[in-house]
Amino acid sequence: MELSLTTRTVGRHTVLAVGGEIDVYTAPQLRGELIRLADAGYAHIVVDMDRVDFLDSTGLGVLVGALKRARAAGGSVELACSQPKILKIFNVTGLEKVFGIHPTVDEAVAAG
Amino acid sequence: MRTVRLAFSPTPAHVRTARLVAVATARNAGVAEGVLDEIRLAVGEACSRAVSLHVQHKRSELIEVEFTDGPRFEVVVRDSAPADQALHADLAVTSPFVAGPAFAETESEEEVAAGVGLALLTGLVDDVTVAPARDRDGTIVRMSWEAAAR
Repeated sequence: MELSLTTRTVGRHTVLAVGGEIDVYTAPQLRGELIRLADAGYAHIVVDMDRVDFLDSTGLGVLVGALKRARAAGGSVELACSQPKILKIFNVTGLEKVFGIHPTVDEAVAAG
Repeated sequence: MRTVRLAFSPTPAHVRTARLVAVATARNAGVAEGVLDEIRLAVGEACSRAVSLHVQHKRSELIEVEFTDGPRFEVVVRDSAPADQALHADLAVTSPFVAGPAFAETESEEEVAAGVGLALLTGLVDDVTVAPARDRDGTIVRMSWEAAAR
């Protein structure tokens, strides 16, 4: 039930693939990893959310925080997700206007 | 009418337990499968809100959740935070819809989570109310969903 976090490099982008449940319990892990990447100088991040089973407001807060930090540093955070149940959460909260959300990692990389 | 009651210490790990119980009792009550994800998310948000209020106001009391089946599947989440402050905080959060794309620029992570949490509760649940408890400190979140006849 822990969060799975794996990173790989695609061109100038770092793709962070997240699996499992992003909630009030695991969100600090995700925040830590995003801050670690930013501190290490990886400015352009794609968060691959295709294996996320659950996402709550705390997780969304962490993603917004990463976006804010990236923009302040001249970087970017793009999201890759094709799961209707996760996309619905962005729609219900109005956050689909805050993030660039793309159906595939390739499209997210091309946009970021 | 059958009831399941759950009481948990205000820690994030137990919100997950509450979500699991929510899905199990909703399924048992005959709620349509397609609605279970919404119940999981809404109960999680109501419990996260309660945990965050307890942490903020240094209240160690247990958070109480009650699941009742019947014509409608009802969920009640009770916290022990000072109701006037808690309700004031609910009203003060910035809605992501009002803030729009600027949301990410202007609000802190915690403010985003609070605003998004309430947006999820009100956006996903047709029947949801937040009210002060009558007999003690605390607020009560009530939600219900149609429970199809089995």
